[in-house]
Amino acid sequence: MFKTTTDGPCRPAAFTSLMQRAAALLALTAAILFGAPAEQAAAAEKLKVAAVFETPIEEPWVNQIHVALLKAKAELGIEYVWSESVKSADFARVMRDYADGGYGLIMGDSFGAERIARRVAKDYPNVAFVFGSGIGPAEPNFGVFDNWIHEPAYLSGMIAGKMTKSNTVGVVAAMPIPEVNRLSNAFCAGAKEANEKVKCKFSFIGSFFDPPKAKEAALAQIEAGVDVIYAERFGVVEAAAEKGVLAISNMSDQAELGPDTVITGPVWDMWPTVKYAIAMVKSGVFTAQDLGGFSYMGKGGSYLAPYHAWEKKLPAEVKKMVADRTKEILDGTYRVNVDESIPQSE
Amino acid sequence: MDEILAQIFQIGFFAAMIRIATPLIFATIGELFAERAGVLNLGIEGIMLLSAMVGFSAAYFSGSLWFGIAAAMAAGVLSGMLMGLLTVTLGLSQHVSGIGVTLLNSGLAFFLYRLIFGQPSMPPNIVAFKPVAIPLLSEIPVIGPILFNHHALVYAAFILVPLAAFILFRTPWGLNLRTVGENPHAADGAGVNVAATRYQALMLSGALMGVAGAFLSMAQFNAFTFGVISGRGWVCIALVVFGQWSPWRAAGGALLFALIDALQLRLQANSYIDVPYQVFLMMPFVLTIVGMALVSRNARAPAALLMPFRKEER
Repeated sequence: MFKTTTDGPCRPAAFTSLMQRAAALLALTAAILFGAPAEQAAAAEKLKVAAVFETPIEEPWVNQIHVALLKAKAELGIEYVWSESVKSADFARVMRDYADGGYGLIMGDSFGAERIARRVAKDYPNVAFVFGSGIGPAEPNFGVFDNWIHEPAYLSGMIAGKMTKSNTVGVVAAMPIPEVNRLSNAFCAGAKEANEKVKCKFSFIGSFFDPPKAKEAALAQIEAGVDVIYAERFGVVEAAAEKGVLAISNMSDQAELGPDTVITGPVWDMWPTVKYAIAMVKSGVFTAQDLGGFSYMGKGGSYLAPYHAWEKKLPAEVKKMVADRTKEILDGTYRVNVDESIPQSE
Repeated sequence: MDEILAQIFQIGFFAAMIRIATPLIFATIGELFAERAGVLNLGIEGIMLLSAMVGFSAAYFSGSLWFGIAAAMAAGVLSGMLMGLLTVTLGLSQHVSGIGVTLLNSGLAFFLYRLIFGQPSMPPNIVAFKPVAIPLLSEIPVIGPILFNHHALVYAAFILVPLAAFILFRTPWGLNLRTVGENPHAADGAGVNVAATRYQALMLSGALMGVAGAFLSMAQFNAFTFGVISGRGWVCIALVVFGQWSPWRAAGGALLFALIDALQLRLQANSYIDVPYQVFLMMPFVLTIVGMALVSRNARAPAALLMPFRKEER
């Protein structure tokens, strides 16, 4: 059977799609002419991937998954559809619609609908499910991933520790769940490694999306002496820009929010996770796995955002320190500690 | 401990209180007008969200913030008219209509946003309102920076409270409005058009809620995102009760809520004690409820609140 191995960026998308169409046409013609078994024709069909999100795709966490799947659609020749703002009450129905509709891989974030997603997956052993989750995978078909981006958070902290003049750095975060705690703690640990006099402050806004509140929390920290602030949530960079202090972004490259304010920040790249999951499903070897490791820096699943305007402004010694530590992390000789305890202001 | 207190009770703390209170004051006064006329406007949360979206989009494309505010008010007025159609003309349950309007407006806000802006990975933003320092007054030590260095809309909120009290208690229209809310049959007998008065109250209510929503997406923040309202509308419903349907007391309630919210954010940043953060986040809500229980024991809602009016019918 014709096999598409077009997952590299070297081949133009148009060419890829043409190849696949040709392949599908060939298979179809063959099926009609020679009465080939139906499954052979099906194998040439595009893999159908669906995503179910609890929030609108603007939510930064969800957006990173969505962006990677769009890339997969362009580069891996899959079909991709998604449903956003699916509340718990509808979650099972939407998942079942996709599972019944011939979708081979269903992805999403299931923090609020954890049990529902797992229950539905049990009923469809032939469909692969890969969901963002804080707990483990479940055989035979429920794989998980998570935003393991504590490594770049640590690197950002090192920069913050060097750049703070008041020796006080801050984190404005959503709520103290493990996903948030490990980033906050890694940031603080990085700051302390670079500058042992640093004190860390932490504020939680109690929701995942409330930019006006996050902004107020940031302003409160700035009044308390924080001059480099980690914007775990949207709304913080605006406060930092207004008050002329520095910020570290989160989740995606957010330099455009404030080119002079945002130095850099951890970026979560779901591409390695998505690519691996799709490859497994396509080759028929999907098993329930914890794909969290694909979000580590070593796999390209996370990295430090480019410095942009700060390329020139950041002192060379800081850049060197970060580059050295990055290399150690990539070489596997340095491990950033995973600390999921609830951080406390000091 | 003294050090922490000094850290917290800075000028910025009181300025934050006023900033947080402003949208609450607008929406609470809006809700108050509707309830004084006998209609509980539970569309508040959705009206604020839709207005935040409409105001932001209008400002984004026109480049004029004040045009955005006008558009947000227009969206609020239209929502108020819809609320009027459901509860005044059709006489439907005010609870159900209000929740319906909130659901419709919320859905509409995201739907229109998606139509207009597509799916940006970074929310588009505008240059938000900048604080305007009032000459001379802003130079007064302590009080100046606390009161007189704010967004223009904050000053509008200062003016709104006495203005609302004046309109309600010192003008014929205010008297009509209160009578319609207390005893629509008597008002009708006296020649007041009950339906028209309620429509007017709902439109005014929507316009003020519109400003509140637009404040959040255009002054407090510079983009429309989901979660931009985050239940603030529901807080305002409680503040009206807390304020015993009086503009002054309601504004006081909004300031108290904002004070505690500003305080908890600073306590979080300065906390040396091991207190779960939820305790801090809860504070404004808990203390408002406690305050409400203590202060509002004699509160009396407008007698005709929740009751549709049909002529010739008891």
